[in-house]
Amino acid sequence: MDQKFIETDILIIGAGPVGLFAVFEAGLLKMRCHLIDVLPQPGGQLTEIYPKKPIYDIPGYPSVLAGDLVKNLMKQIEPFSPGFTLGERAETLERNADGRWRVTTDRGHVHLARAIFIAGGLGSFEPRKPPISTIEQYEGKGVEYFVRNPEEFQGKSIVIAGGGDSALDWAIYLANEVRELTLVHRRTEFRGALDSVEKMQHLADKGKIKLVTNAQVVGLQGADHLESVEIQHDTEGSFQISTDYFLPLFGLTPKLGPIGDWGLSIDKGAVEVNTLDYSTNVPGIYAIGDINTYPGKLKLILCGFHEATLACQSAFNVVNPGKKLSFKYTTVTGIEGMPAPATT
Amino acid sequence: MSDTISITVIDRDDKPHRLEAPTDMGLNLMELCKSYELPVQGTCGGMALCASCHVYVLSSHTLSEPSDDELAMLDSAFFVQDNSRLGCQIKIREDLEGLEVKLAPEGG
Repeated sequence: MDQKFIETDILIIGAGPVGLFAVFEAGLLKMRCHLIDVLPQPGGQLTEIYPKKPIYDIPGYPSVLAGDLVKNLMKQIEPFSPGFTLGERAETLERNADGRWRVTTDRGHVHLARAIFIAGGLGSFEPRKPPISTIEQYEGKGVEYFVRNPEEFQGKSIVIAGGGDSALDWAIYLANEVRELTLVHRRTEFRGALDSVEKMQHLADKGKIKLVTNAQVVGLQGADHLESVEIQHDTEGSFQISTDYFLPLFGLTPKLGPIGDWGLSIDKGAVEVNTLDYSTNVPGIYAIGDINTYPGKLKLILCGFHEATLACQSAFNVVNPGKKLSFKYTTVTGIEGMPAPATT
Repeated sequence: MSDTISITVIDRDDKPHRLEAPTDMGLNLMELCKSYELPVQGTCGGMALCASCHVYVLSSHTLSEPSDDELAMLDSAFFVQDNSRLGCQIKIREDLEGLEVKLAPEGG
């Protein structure tokens, strides 16, 4: 992206099926859309989690693979040339002096729009944090949930916790880079790929990995930076080991994320909306699909499509104040696409 | 009422709830808890992806074996014990009459 900021009519947060279909309905009303998604490709859960699973309740499709539904939606919205900011998380929401919304991603990209559609599905996928009360105060000071830059661990001592593929893969990769590596797992068996389990065992036999099983990290100590972790063994009690880093690698879990801090009314992790037009308590901000809640809510793609359609009708008045909206059938008028916006 | 069983769910404040569960609806335990408005989120909708329906099975019922997906999820969940299961993977069947479970702590 070489632009200073991205301008659009409706900014859609979440590029799952419902967010994608909103582009179509907005396009029929001549409104441009841009989508932001934390995942690197469009489709949300359908692409990320179950692309090969069939869906049976899309009207007109006795069965459609989730991945194919996304492909079809992408084709359906192509005439409206939507923009995408992928692999970035919508972080902050502010109101500009001209009344437009300004959404900035975790990579600092700025988006300006008259209306916002939150179509965030389950939320954004975030690392699963162990229930250690002091863990947040050590984040960035020795506690890391991702390995962003393996070089930073060179010559250091690290403790990795977890028993899945990511814990195993990083333990194997880092074993020869670091001074000391301890792998802590709650059980004796590892569920990772067999090949990885064997490699890890081999490194443990050579003394490159200190393996602690049937144990969990239960406490963290250190003044300004992490200095040691407390490990609780199932039968042998607890002990401390000194370390520079602690990497809990327990996979990702869906969380509402930064949207929870945007002043929207939230109930049990979902955004409350008015079923008249799926607007939130903040004018100009709508929530559609699995992320919203209202009496009688069903988390179904087909319901999300309906919600997107009604939200577009309402957003028309936000995007085009004072303009009259006339309803047309696609069968009568066909699809009139729009070219991609000129980039400057 | 022959196609209804009763299940006891103990909440996080140790309060037991007796739930009447139809066996002919294809329900799972997560969905049942939600329909009784017990504090079970079921974020992922029942795909064994979030562990927000993590329960401890207290009674001695024989449950179907956990799938690989469920085991993998339990491996990355917290507060896991030998009797841990994901509610969304427990189908409500006639032979579960009298099942007793306890909700695992939140964030598990």
